[in-house]
Amino acid sequence: MAGKHSLFGPVDPAADAGYEEDRPPRKGFFTDTSICIGCKACEVACKEWNDVPATHFDLLGSSYDNSFSLNANQWRHVAFIEQPKRMGEQESGLRRQAQEAAGQQAVDLGMPGMAPPGVMLPESGEDDAVDRPDFRWLMSSDVCKHCTHAACLDVCPTGSLFRSEFGTVVVQDDICNGCGYCVPACPYGVIERRKGPEGSKNVGIAQKCTLCYDRLGSGKTPACAQACPTQSIQFGDVEELRERANARVEQLHEAGIMDARLYGNDPEDGVGGTGAFFLLMDEPEVYGFPPDPVVTTKDLPEMFTRAGAAALVLLAGAALSFVGRRR
Amino acid sequence: MTTPGIEATPGSAGGRTRRRGGRRKGGGDRSMVPEATFTSYYGRPIVKPSPWENDIPIYLFAGGVAAGSSLIAAGADLTGRPTLRRSGRLGALAALTVSMVALVHDLGMPSRFLNMLRVAKLTSPMSVGTWILSIYGPFAGVAAAAEVVSMLPPRLRGGPLRLAAYADRPAGLLAGLFAPPVAAYTAVLLSDTATPSWHAAYKELPFVFVGSAAAASAGLGLITSPLEETGPVRRMALGGAVLELVMEQRMEHTMGITAEPLHHGKAGRLMKAAKALTVAGAAGSLLAGRSRVIAVGSGLALLAGSACTRFGVFEAGQESAKDPKYTVVPQRERLDRGEPIRFEKPAEPPVT
Repeated sequence: MAGKHSLFGPVDPAADAGYEEDRPPRKGFFTDTSICIGCKACEVACKEWNDVPATHFDLLGSSYDNSFSLNANQWRHVAFIEQPKRMGEQESGLRRQAQEAAGQQAVDLGMPGMAPPGVMLPESGEDDAVDRPDFRWLMSSDVCKHCTHAACLDVCPTGSLFRSEFGTVVVQDDICNGCGYCVPACPYGVIERRKGPEGSKNVGIAQKCTLCYDRLGSGKTPACAQACPTQSIQFGDVEELRERANARVEQLHEAGIMDARLYGNDPEDGVGGTGAFFLLMDEPEVYGFPPDPVVTTKDLPEMFTRAGAAALVLLAGAALSFVGRRR
Repeated sequence: MTTPGIEATPGSAGGRTRRRGGRRKGGGDRSMVPEATFTSYYGRPIVKPSPWENDIPIYLFAGGVAAGSSLIAAGADLTGRPTLRRSGRLGALAALTVSMVALVHDLGMPSRFLNMLRVAKLTSPMSVGTWILSIYGPFAGVAAAAEVVSMLPPRLRGGPLRLAAYADRPAGLLAGLFAPPVAAYTAVLLSDTATPSWHAAYKELPFVFVGSAAAASAGLGLITSPLEETGPVRRMALGGAVLELVMEQRMEHTMGITAEPLHHGKAGRLMKAAKALTVAGAAGSLLAGRSRVIAVGSGLALLAGSACTRFGVFEAGQESAKDPKYTVVPQRERLDRGEPIRFEKPAEPPVT
């Protein structure tokens, strides 16, 4: 509640929250989905470190992604997007080169194909276009965005959610009321009240990614970034990560992958930029992100003004009703 | 864990198309609006619906009745209408009790309400509301207690109960003064979320809610007071109902696609019932001065209409959060128009 920018616009969130000059630089994630392999190591590492309960037997039957979405029991979520789209110009050509170098022809190993029984697939090895599937996989590890203007934090009536010295947003589970107000407030649908499984800790309490606050405090890397085998999840100072992200997008554009774009890195967007931002290969909504999220508290001053006007109308209306005729 | 109907292929090439406005009755009504095309991740929700259940719309409704009743009681006190004053004060306390029980039930335990009082946060409508209730509640309680004392036979009104006579009017008037924010803040409570149909309604929802509160509490007054005292509440019932209906219409107009959930399913039925009941109640209030039966009937219709409005708006918001369409389409349309939400530096003040 400090300066005039508190509800919208580019600010250093930790400074805005009142941390002194000697605070550490803002920390965050840059998730480069172009190199995510969908191994879900981040999901597992997060659950292990943060003691997030598993939710068993959630086979959804719609895709290979069975962890559904970010929620109270899922602080990292790897989305598997199966698109009817070729891989673009991404052509490794490694196999043919290797075969030619060895002077070999491709040998059919009789592996099971993708077609229904009895249907012959075209011979492999003749043409790369045949080998190449006519769909592509996009994989993306989603996480709490640690917004510059965090609606969850702003609407929390107990002060359970707070801004850490690293500029991240953390829930104190011993203070949280379980009122659930932060849940609909989040424009990304990240935070949620834990529903179960029975017997696990903090049931009924709002839960989400803490950006491993406990690990940051001792100078360590968050568990998910530590576990990521491809460095798809990069952790560091937000300033530096933004530079790195811009360089990576340029690199991809030069390679002809014009679909590559950054999401959440712009400090002048609807949430003041996020602490965790992403390199995406398609529109944000493909990954289950809102295309142009806005922090709800941006409109809060006007909301209170309207409510104040409505309250006055009620007061005046009631007073008028009693004026005049006796009956 | 929820598993909604999942049929869509994610990805821009497999963009999914859904009808705007849903199924229409008859065949002749052609939609002139283009169908909303959008992409989503397996049709899974983007924003999360609030975890709130029926407690919250009950809380919204009861809070409105309490606020309106306190206003009526204050007015009745000043204009010498003892029965209306009594029913207003007791009604306010009863409704306040219902709303507090609903709130505490939603939170799980009473101590959690106290937990809310450890901070005062202007950015949190729930914190603001908690404080408004904490200021309003005691006055409404004292006014109701004084009312109860005045109903006791004189020989029991001795001792400390004599103080009631002094607290009576100030407490009642202060309760009336702090009542309007109680009725209005609940709209901000809903609007200050990313739930599409609640947020999009923020301009008009406070007026819908105060209109609804006025109509409902006036309805309670109509039921509980004799005809010769109900003049003001009949006017208030009519005014509240008209305000609610007009502002609801305007609200739907400004909400764009997010008004759709107000017309579908359970929310649609509730909103339709709310409109019918409120219109009936308002019409009844015109004749309620002649017959006690009409007064009671009209009062009941107004109360039920107000409850349906709260439940309908609540339900529509929940539905809007469950369908990614209402999150993606308005944002995508905004982007396609080339007006993404961006921070623009305020103009520099002129140097003097």
